[in-house]
Order: sequence, then structure tokens, then C-alpha cells
Amino acid sequence: MTSPLEQKIKITGPSVVTANRTADGVVIWRTGTSGWSTDLADAAIVRTSDDARKLLAEAVGDDVGAVASYIAPVEIRDGKVLPGNLRERIRVKGLTIELLPVPA
Amino acid sequence: MYAYDELDRTLLNERVSEFRDQVKRRLSGELTEDEFKILRLQNGVYLQLHAYMFRVAIPYGTLSSKQLRQLAHVARRYDRGYGHFTTRQNIQYNWIKLSELPDALADLAEVGIHAMQTSGNNTRNVTSDQWAGVAPGEVDDPRIWSELLRQYTTLHPEFSFLPRKFKIAITASAHDRAAIKIHDIGLRLYKNDEGELGFEVMVGGGLGRTPFIAKTIKQFVHRRDILSYVEAIMRVYNQYGRRDNIYKARIKILVHELGIDKFAKEVDEEWQHLRDSALVVEDSAIEEIRSRFSYPKYEKLPHMPDQLKQAAHDPLFERWRKNSVFTHKVQGYSIVTISLKPVGAPPGDATADQMDALADLAEKYSFGEIRVGHEQNLALPHVAKRDLPALWKALDKIGLATPNVNLVSDIIACPGLDYCSLANARSIPIAQELTRRFANHETANLIGRLHINISGCINACGHHHVGHIGILGVEKNGEEFYQITIGGRADEQAQMGTLIGPAVPYAEVADVVEDIVEAYLALRDSKEELFIDTVKRLGVEPFKERVYATR
Repeated sequence: MTSPLEQKIKITGPSVVTANRTADGVVIWRTGTSGWSTDLADAAIVRTSDDARKLLAEAVGDDVGAVASYIAPVEIRDGKVLPGNLRERIRVKGLTIELLPVPA
Repeated sequence: MYAYDELDRTLLNERVSEFRDQVKRRLSGELTEDEFKILRLQNGVYLQLHAYMFRVAIPYGTLSSKQLRQLAHVARRYDRGYGHFTTRQNIQYNWIKLSELPDALADLAEVGIHAMQTSGNNTRNVTSDQWAGVAPGEVDDPRIWSELLRQYTTLHPEFSFLPRKFKIAITASAHDRAAIKIHDIGLRLYKNDEGELGFEVMVGGGLGRTPFIAKTIKQFVHRRDILSYVEAIMRVYNQYGRRDNIYKARIKILVHELGIDKFAKEVDEEWQHLRDSALVVEDSAIEEIRSRFSYPKYEKLPHMPDQLKQAAHDPLFERWRKNSVFTHKVQGYSIVTISLKPVGAPPGDATADQMDALADLAEKYSFGEIRVGHEQNLALPHVAKRDLPALWKALDKIGLATPNVNLVSDIIACPGLDYCSLANARSIPIAQELTRRFANHETANLIGRLHINISGCINACGHHHVGHIGILGVEKNGEEFYQITIGGRADEQAQMGTLIGPAVPYAEVADVVEDIVEAYLALRDSKEELFIDTVKRLGVEPFKERVYATR
């Protein structure tokens, strides 16, 4: 399997590093304090390809805590961090569909 | 139902212990993700957008009530209270935790269910006709032969690391309900002119990026030779199939590039070394497998019981019966298809409560047996006709009596971008909108048989190529667009649909489908001419004109 670090990294705007938590698969973002958060607002924002590569390398290094780390685009609007494309919006906000009713 | 023997039970339990240890080592960091990935995939565990996805096999689409209850238990205990039935007789759970997976597998193993052959580059779950054993005119029960292949291929060392995944489907009826022509190997069981039972063997079918309809490699392989012939095909594939390019690794590419004649010659040469080996299938081996299947003790019942005559006065019952109830090989019984396509819901989903309730109804009305079809619906295979009215009322109470089987809202859809890490676009919301547009039963009935298949990417898990109307999600500059094909089909006359024109944006897909359907209603030569036959007669042009004239 090709490591994400072996791929060419070029970002064109503010970006974050995201992954899934190993034990339960929950969506997580790499923070600026070398940890992970389940809240996009806590994510470390990178703006250059070099910084993105460094943050990704740090994330990939935590193979126990996270799986399938990658760089994802974000938008910064009124100081808020928002997902930068549909895929990431779905990962942040959840399903866009109605499900069958399941009793609580 | 097939009863597993001690060997099977031991295998499953050992498999669970092994995976429990692997998960423990992964969570402790002893195994890296690179090392663990192939192990989890061999146990049906994928990583999707929001969580791990767990795919469980339902071999040849047959379940007991006890097994269905256990699937419900897993949905409730380890997931979010529902499961998703797929196009290959599997069920998927979308929110499973890795740390709890070994327990879920152990619970499933208690009832003989597992996740082997549901992912990875091996022989996948062997699928069959969901009406196997009860379809009128069937020459034999294809599940016997599916089980033979299941036993032979499960953990087979030579076929556990193939160039790519390998899918086999079997039917024993003239009408193909198992979509065998879009499989790597498709097997049609039939009797030749001498009355001998054997197989037409088809090879190299498949959808995805490079779709092909399977080609007949041998018109008749005697039943005693089927294992050796299948093995010969797989050996040739294993030897020559490409491992350097994932997009060219399926057997369909090899068959296409060599040509069917050269491929057949290679297989035949290999077969000569194998055909008189230990792979000869003795009739006694088949009878032993057959003896482990239990068949209902049917009563002698009238063709038209009083209960059915009375219920025929209820138009709601009648509209359900006409679309959901099919002829059984035994007089007085019916096959009942259970639609998992209610208006506005994700195609193929069922809640744990629905599964439990259906398991009860199967015990009461169908000798405790349930089937799963590739169209993402379920079936009760042995329902006495006298019980149909009571069954319908009970199904209606649990939301499983939608009268749309084979109609326009009986849509096949992959999970799409709502769940899938490979997808480019969403599938389920498109399906949900279409079910709302065609919710009126009279309109749907007027349209008649029409299959819409939707995939959220070129991998084609929603079988869009072979939908009467196929919808493929693509991404253009960050937006969801959809290519529309028409004229595809997955039955014995299988063919790929034809693209009608440029992709349309998400918001226009339902309008486009409505335009196509309206064009069909205007163009068909009679109410009896199905959509697929109108497209065959006229081609795509009139539909294309209708769709793009104002766009």
C-alpha cells in the first residue's frame, strides 16, 4: 500500500489532517497539540504544502490511535472552520438521508 | 436450510478466536494498519467514511429465522439498530466498532454465520437464485452446487490470494434471477439433450470501470466435472491475471485481452490435467450435501383457497399480491417477495425490529426460512396461499408490505457517498427522491416493470450498467453529476445500458428520470410493451431528445 507520505502533496487553501479512530472508526482531526479531536473546530489548520506534509507525517506516525490519515480542505468563514467539500461535509455533519425509524 | 457439520462449526470458532487475537494485537499496536488491513478484510471489515463497515455473508441467500434474529441482534447490540442488504446476498453494518467486532463475529458463529469470503482478493460468497428450490421448472436446487463450491473455495490456499476478487453465481432456471452474466463465473445448471445434468459455464462478466457481459466458455460441463473445470479457469486466471494494475486485474480483462477462444484453449489444457483427479464430483458427494438441506413437508392444498378468494375483494391486498406473490413449484403455496424499498427509505435497509418480526412471520408462515435476493429485497419461499391475507396484514404492520416489487420504485442503490469512502456522489438520496416521485401506486403500475439501478461511483456496486435505467454518480469540479444510461438488463438477456448524453446535476436527476418514463409511456406500442422492450425497439434517440431538448 502506498503511504500517503509517498504521494505528492499540494494544497491550494487552508487544510486539516483527518482520519478515523482505530478502536471505533470515529472521524477525528489532528490538533495543534499532537493529539486528535472529534471536533473539526479543534483541528490544526495548515496553509502551505510543507506544513501539510509535516502535520500528515505526525498523524501517520500515530498508527495505534488513528487509521487512514489524509489531508482535507477546509474553509474559514467568520472565524469558523468548515469542511471544504461534500465528502468532508458528510463526514462532519453525518448522513444526508432519512433512515428507517429505529426505537431509541 | 443447510445444516453445518462439526467441521464447519470448528472452523468458524477457530476463525473467531484468531480474529480476536488479531484485533487485540492491532489495538495494542503490535500490528500496524498495513499488517492488519489484509486480516480485517479477510473478515469482512472495511473502513468507510464514518466508521468501520462489517459485511456478513448469507451464502446463496438462505437464512433461517434463528439466523435472521441473530442478524437483528448484531444490528441492535453492536450497530445502530439496522442493517443493509447488498446486491450480493450479504448484509452490511455501517457503524461497527473494531473493538467489538470479535464479539459480533462470535455471536454470528453461534448460528453458523460468518464474514468469510465477503472481501479481499479471494473467491467471494457464492450467490444463487433467491427462489432456489421452489421455482417452477428448475432442474435442480442450485444451492446444492453453490454449497459444493462454498466448501471447496473457502480458505482454499491457491485461491485466497488471487489477482483480484472473484465472484461466482449459479442458477438452475431458464429465467436468471441471480445475474450470472455479470459474474466472473456464471453457472447455468440445465439438462442437455441426453437428459444429463450439467452446466453452461460463462466467464469474464463484471461491471465496474470496464464492464463486460460474461461469455460462454463451454456450453456443457457434466456435473461430475464442475469442480475441476472451475478450478482450471481459476488456475489460468491465477497464472495470467495481472497483479501490476488493480484496474486490469479482474478475469474479465484477461478474457477480453486473450479472447474467449484462446482463454478457453488455455483452460481446456489445464483441465485435461485435472478432470480425472480427486476433483471428480461423485453423485454420492452431492447427495450428502443434499441430505444436509432440510426441505419443508408441504401439505396438499388447494390452488385457490377460500381465504384468498375472500381477500381478493380488498383492492389493497390485491395490489400487494399482484406485485409481491409469485408461483411456487408446489400447488397451494407461493413465494412472497418482501420489498425493502418503502417510499423515502434507503433501498435494502431493514431495522432490527423488522428483522425480528420477519423471523417470527417466517416461522409462522414459511417453515422458518427467509431468502435474500440481489435486488436488495427479501423473500419468504414457502407461504401457503391460504395464509397470504394474514401474512400481508402482518407485514403491513411492520412496514414490509410496500407493493412495488419490480416497479419503478423498487430501486437498487449502493450506499454511495453517504457511507462509502470510494464514492464520488450520493446514491441513496437520489433513490429516496425517486421513490417519492413515483409513490403513486396507480402510476407505478401503469408504468409496469422498470428497474432503476444507482451507483455512486464507477465501481458499480449499484449495478447501474444493467439497470433498465442506470444512474452513475460522478464528480465534476467538486459537484455531484450523474450519467444516465437506458436499456441495460441483468437477466438471461443481460446487456449493458447505453449512455443517453451528458451528465446532469444532482438536482435534475429525478426530473430526467421522469422525462424518460413519460417518453416511454408516450412511445410504447401497447400497455404490454415493457420499458426495456421499447428501448430495444426504438433505441436511445427518442429518449435522448426528450431529456435534452429543453436542457
